[in-house]
Amino acid sequence: MRTLIFKDIDDLIINSLGIVAFISFFVGGVVAIQTSLNISNPLIPKYLVGFATRQSIILEFAPTFISIIMAGKVGSFITSSIGTMRVTEQIDALEVMGINALNYLVFPKFVALTLYPFIISIAMFLGVLGGLAACVYGGYGTLEDYIEGIQTDFIPFHIIYAFAKTLVFAFLLATIPSFYGYYMKGGALEVGKASTTSFVWTSVVIILANYFLTSLLLG
Amino acid sequence: MIEVKNLHKSFGDAHILKGISTTFEKGKTNLIIGQSGSGKTVFLKCLLGLFEYEQGSIAYEGRIMSNLTPNEKRDLRSQIGMVFQGSALFDSMTIAENVMFPLKMFTKQNQSEMQDRVDFVLNRVNLSDAHDKMPSEASGGMQKRVAIARAIVNNPKYLFCDEPNSGLDPKTAIVIDNLIQEITDEYQMTTVINSHDMNSVMEIGEKIVFLKDGLKEWEGSKETIFKTDNESVTDFVYSSNLFKKVRRMYIEENQ
Repeated sequence: MRTLIFKDIDDLIINSLGIVAFISFFVGGVVAIQTSLNISNPLIPKYLVGFATRQSIILEFAPTFISIIMAGKVGSFITSSIGTMRVTEQIDALEVMGINALNYLVFPKFVALTLYPFIISIAMFLGVLGGLAACVYGGYGTLEDYIEGIQTDFIPFHIIYAFAKTLVFAFLLATIPSFYGYYMKGGALEVGKASTTSFVWTSVVIILANYFLTSLLLG
Repeated sequence: MIEVKNLHKSFGDAHILKGISTTFEKGKTNLIIGQSGSGKTVFLKCLLGLFEYEQGSIAYEGRIMSNLTPNEKRDLRSQIGMVFQGSALFDSMTIAENVMFPLKMFTKQNQSEMQDRVDFVLNRVNLSDAHDKMPSEASGGMQKRVAIARAIVNNPKYLFCDEPNSGLDPKTAIVIDNLIQEITDEYQMTTVINSHDMNSVMEIGEKIVFLKDGLKEWEGSKETIFKTDNESVTDFVYSSNLFKKVRRMYIEENQ
């Protein structure tokens, strides 16, 4: 079981770092540029670029939209790997051996995804850093203004809110794709269909959970 | 010995098994044959406990499967080895890890004991140099032999094989048949094989159960199947001209 957990940490967490880092850095940059370009009133302070980037990244982009992206990457991986095991009778083989296949396959993924907040914290850091790079090196503001912006009106509870959401999304990312993979029927074509369905439903449930958690924690 | 009495199984309105009764004896290769859709795979999966059945009973050495507690079922399953049609090797593990898997799950052996046992069974199926290969790197015949090695590694009392020769060339199919026969004799296992392959029927069919439309149409052995008058059996087994000729010659020789 320990080996499986480490393998799933590698597959689900470590192998996702590259794409998460890439997306976060450049989306952070785009948020900063868009905010800067939309400030036309000279009365609005320049530090707003840093402030808006920090708020967008920490409150929504990192926890929610990275989770949607992960529903595509990690969710499809989970559904297709478990679904392929179903199609190729590997799950039957586990059951014949008297092994609780559901527990054997899903539990390690569940444990691996408890490290999901680690990915989100990296997304937060790189998003804000990407905003800084785009702002300063793109000539949209000064380093001092951006730094002031990301320090302005910082509310620690927002971090708790973001990580609370992240843990709920991690649970959804482990369970919904596993369900679609484990209970699929048919052949290779159905594995593809199950992956798509799992992505759609994981995304829908993440968006709904995001709405209710935001109402509950910030509303 | 496995004793099956009046087994019924349905999926919705489709009545697949309509009251099958038979016995599978220890130390024998028992073959279940029949056309596609006759209920062979469903029957095998009922025997393995993968499907619940509505009526009847399956008894392993007198222990009725449906009366067993979860712990007793787990104990029984540790005595079962299964070779799936597609081999069902775990993709993410090497061949040696695949074979070691049941030992890790069901025994308290240390690593070197498990390694010795894996070496022994891989050697037994003539795969002594394939330990570190991944299943995807192995040919169909090798995968089947690995599946057999995994099935027997824990010294099971019962060996089930679902179409062990499907997708194999005739020469490799005979190797697999002979291997199953030798292992059955050597370890005195109760072996149940689901097969379409008439070569297997003639080679290793110590007991043959012929299913048709979810019913047991005929049972006998590789010797009696030559003499049977049952039209369904002869239509199925001797459907090719070659087998018709072989049967005619056999009957003429024995008259």
